[in-house]
Amino acid sequence: MPARSRAALLILLAVAGGSVFAALALGSMPAGLAEVLGGLTGAPGTAEDVVRMVRLPRVLAAFATGGLLALAGALMQVLLRNPLADPYVLGISGGAAVGALSAMMAGLGVLAVDAGAALGALAAVLLVFALARREFARIHLFSALDASPRLLLTGVILAAGWSAVITLMLTLAPEARLRGMLFWLMGDLNGAESWLPAFVALLAVLVLTYPSARDLNVMLRGEAMAQSLGVRVAKLRRTVYIAASAATALAVTTAGAIAFVGLVVPHALRLVLGNDQRVLLPASAMAGGTLLVLADTAARTAFSPQEVPVGVITALLGVPMFMALLARSGAPR
Amino acid sequence: MKGAPIFAASRLTLEAGSRVLVQDLSFSIRPGEVWGMLGRNGAGKTTFLHAAVGLREPDAGTLALCGKPLDAWDAPEAARRRAFLPQTFHDPFSARVIDTVLVGRHPHLSRWDWEGEGDLALAAAALDAVDLAGFEERDVLTLSGGERQRVALAAVLVQETELLLLDEPVAHLDLHHQSMVLEHLVHLAGHQRRGVLFTAHDLNIAARYATHAILLTPGGGALQGPVAEVMTERILSGAFGHRVTRLQGAGHPVFVPE
Repeated sequence: MPARSRAALLILLAVAGGSVFAALALGSMPAGLAEVLGGLTGAPGTAEDVVRMVRLPRVLAAFATGGLLALAGALMQVLLRNPLADPYVLGISGGAAVGALSAMMAGLGVLAVDAGAALGALAAVLLVFALARREFARIHLFSALDASPRLLLTGVILAAGWSAVITLMLTLAPEARLRGMLFWLMGDLNGAESWLPAFVALLAVLVLTYPSARDLNVMLRGEAMAQSLGVRVAKLRRTVYIAASAATALAVTTAGAIAFVGLVVPHALRLVLGNDQRVLLPASAMAGGTLLVLADTAARTAFSPQEVPVGVITALLGVPMFMALLARSGAPR
Repeated sequence: MKGAPIFAASRLTLEAGSRVLVQDLSFSIRPGEVWGMLGRNGAGKTTFLHAAVGLREPDAGTLALCGKPLDAWDAPEAARRRAFLPQTFHDPFSARVIDTVLVGRHPHLSRWDWEGEGDLALAAAALDAVDLAGFEERDVLTLSGGERQRVALAAVLVQETELLLLDEPVAHLDLHHQSMVLEHLVHLAGHQRRGVLFTAHDLNIAARYATHAILLTPGGGALQGPVAEVMTERILSGAFGHRVTRLQGAGHPVFVPE
């Protein structure tokens, strides 16, 4: 790895550590350096307990979710060869939302909501795969605007279908449950204590895709080129789709449909680091995690004692960031 | 001059829907040969190249690379022996020219390798060969069509293959760069014993730079052989359905449509 890339990844790792530390320290009961370290090492004390038992699970869940979303976004953008692709573009979040909201409407508990989200995401992933199965095997011989317009269209249309079902459910839902449902739809880390599955998924997706990172660089030049350069395109596309889908499904199950992290983070990193997936994939995981940790800290503290869904913060940050990126990339060079 | 064929088609048939593009075509490319492939629009030139690269199955017949059936090759091993230049490019993302050229080194690197000094030196030499020295840091999205095509040619050159299959490699190039690129290909064939096959619509490019020509005719037929034998007024006029006159230029023939 070139020294510059290695330095960039180390800086991102340091920033990620710093953001986690800040998130553990900030909140309605601020904790100092000693209390944060004490909380992490299991020392007794009220502030230490808050750090360890309240903040740490949530911060870890935020980091893993953000990392998964950014990684899934980077992978989807390569899979579809479309810079505007994000983790939700193929309708995974829609399926997860329908599952989660169904459980909420039935008045079931947190575990059932998570299970509903996971099942809904799985259904959405399988539906896309079944409907566009041939697209994964097909190699487009002529370099076109999108790598696979049919795959993209299938996903976009299914997403529209899920969205209609979601609206219908919101219309029919009892008043008392609406607030929770809306929070889920915006993406919310409150009560997201099951950080372990998301963390394991983050590492697993990185381990699964990283060995193919240079193949992905070649895929960006077009499928016919990639195949002629020895890349097993059909197999790679299936792997990338499964990895990106699993990452998205775990993220959405952990924290709902948090917007913009998956779209903005890979783009921002590309502008700074270039478009080498060997650097971009790990960088996305770390920067996405960092961004969501910071956004969630803001969501907890900015309107204290009121909490806002973290998805609001990421969207409020993401829209101007993306506009700035677009303006910059559209400028004459 | 003779050597074992780098590439051989045997009784190859290619169809597109109900149309037969190529029927029972047998021919081979030997080291040192430069083949110009000619034919009308839709005659099957690009389809032939796709089959020769292994992107599409033949409808009948067999293809062989370096004496071994094409489908028996491991994909990366085949990619170290033959390179392919597609007709069109579309870059959805920004990329530096140097990174785009280094993509051609992919089949030579093992999974955990990074491009090293040797690869960078090859890329610099290839950019020089297509007159793009100094373009390393440019973004491919800012290049003109001809410059982008030359970047793709440089990527093919760094692949260092025995066989080069090029789909209209000079279609977007100006006169100077056309002859520069073609001279380089002729040099590779002559001095490094590579085999080259390119498609073209400009008869004079094939007449001047190719050693052999293959002319795809409507209905699946093909005429092939040394350029002087295939590229005659009568054959070309018939194949293109348009009268072509042969004039004698300075050392090489020139074909002019009427």
